[in-house]
Amino acid sequence: MKVVIPGPLLSYTGKREVEASGATLGELLGDLDRQYPGFRFRVVDEQDRLRQHVRFFVNGEQVFETDTPLRPTDAVQLVQALAGG
Amino acid sequence: MARTTKRKAPRRGAAKRPAQARSGGRVVVLVATRKGAWLYHGDGSRKTWRADGPHFLGHIIQHVVLDPRDRRTLLASAKTGHLGPTIFRSTDLGRTWKEAAKPPAFAKVPEGQKGRAVDHTFWLTPCHANEPNAWYAGTSPQGMFRSDDGGVTWEPLPGLNDNAQYRTYMGDEQGGTPDGPKLHSVIVDPRNPAHLYMAMSSGGVHESRDKGRTWTPIIQGMEVVESFDPANITFHDPHCVRLCPTNPDRLYQQNHCGIYRLDRPSTTWVRIGKSMPEKVGDIGFPMVVHPRDADTAWVFPMDGTQVWPRTSPGGIPSVYVTRNGGGSWKRLTGGFPERQAWWTVKRQAMGGDGQDPVGLYFGTTSGELWASRDEGNRWTCIARSLPEIYAVEAAEVV
Repeated sequence: MKVVIPGPLLSYTGKREVEASGATLGELLGDLDRQYPGFRFRVVDEQDRLRQHVRFFVNGEQVFETDTPLRPTDAVQLVQALAGG
Repeated sequence: MARTTKRKAPRRGAAKRPAQARSGGRVVVLVATRKGAWLYHGDGSRKTWRADGPHFLGHIIQHVVLDPRDRRTLLASAKTGHLGPTIFRSTDLGRTWKEAAKPPAFAKVPEGQKGRAVDHTFWLTPCHANEPNAWYAGTSPQGMFRSDDGGVTWEPLPGLNDNAQYRTYMGDEQGGTPDGPKLHSVIVDPRNPAHLYMAMSSGGVHESRDKGRTWTPIIQGMEVVESFDPANITFHDPHCVRLCPTNPDRLYQQNHCGIYRLDRPSTTWVRIGKSMPEKVGDIGFPMVVHPRDADTAWVFPMDGTQVWPRTSPGGIPSVYVTRNGGGSWKRLTGGFPERQAWWTVKRQAMGGDGQDPVGLYFGTTSGELWASRDEGNRWTCIARSLPEIYAVEAAEVV
């Protein structure tokens, strides 16, 4: 499926849109980590919680858990969420 | 950003040896800031400085440390406002960097339990000279980690991180400093790689004699905020602990509640800050020890009155030095603004080199980097307008 990458993670992927697969958001992030080592820990902590200032959207709807199911036709977007200096 | 400093005539009381008399290597000042890292390369006499940076622009860099065992390898602890924490490693003095394959992370807890997550790596310490490629890291919230492969992969120290008693000393994640509770001042005894010290803000000062498997508090003599119980280890807030290289049985400490000295095997800290001028007090963050004289140490006092402004008392920046183990202190202000300078210097943001005379360096939260090449008698601003400075380390390279 298509995954849209936010600016802070472009140093890993090198491009704005990448292809990855997984039956859940957690699996998708695992595949991204295989393709782009180090990616997963920057957005998921060691207790498998999504990090506070990265937002995950599936087909435009925000999701909050790594066990969120995904279909191959889904579009996933990661967004940075931080304001101020 | 690099500035050329003009040579000034020595002031009365300045160190007598010429500034360029000895060279253990060329000095590089490693500056970690809230928005990236900079390396300031000094010339042989430490008069002019070349800025190399920013590295990791936009990253929150808590600490950059050179491995003194090879004088080439740098580790930098980083995160951004959005992304989780990591470690970057350079083996060519910052020309190229590579991210750690396994940054410090707590053990995952079983389903249904609330596990801790590393917010940032706050402190980096190279291990003993006889343990090449080994490093320790201290984190926020308080945890300790070790790498045996030069910082590529990191493993938690369960004897500390998962110790139920120590978890009570650490308090909860809402406690500690405004930037989060921290484990810092990881010190390796140069005579024995198994003998370690570390400190927690808050959570006291502790010692291990088995490479961190077990720990013992050393808080006797340390004071806590008025009306709190000093027997409660959680209430102790050491800001910075340093061991004297030429007398590893002596430690100095800048604490939330005073300046202390500890001479082992005693386990009782002595509040040597009582001899500071009363109107200045003995509150602050950093502590610097002399590389060859265990009676000499420097502090940078902060205003710890009322709401804790944590700025130079009265808006008049001063470094204080003791040359007699804390029996007395001398004010050093040569080159500093004389008024309206409300500086804050964080606990990691002041250090010294190994040259003779010793060079001292500190960075302010307002982004100024200051240097002295005569042990603090005369100071020069070598960089302005940097981001908020978190850490300053003076390293020596070949």
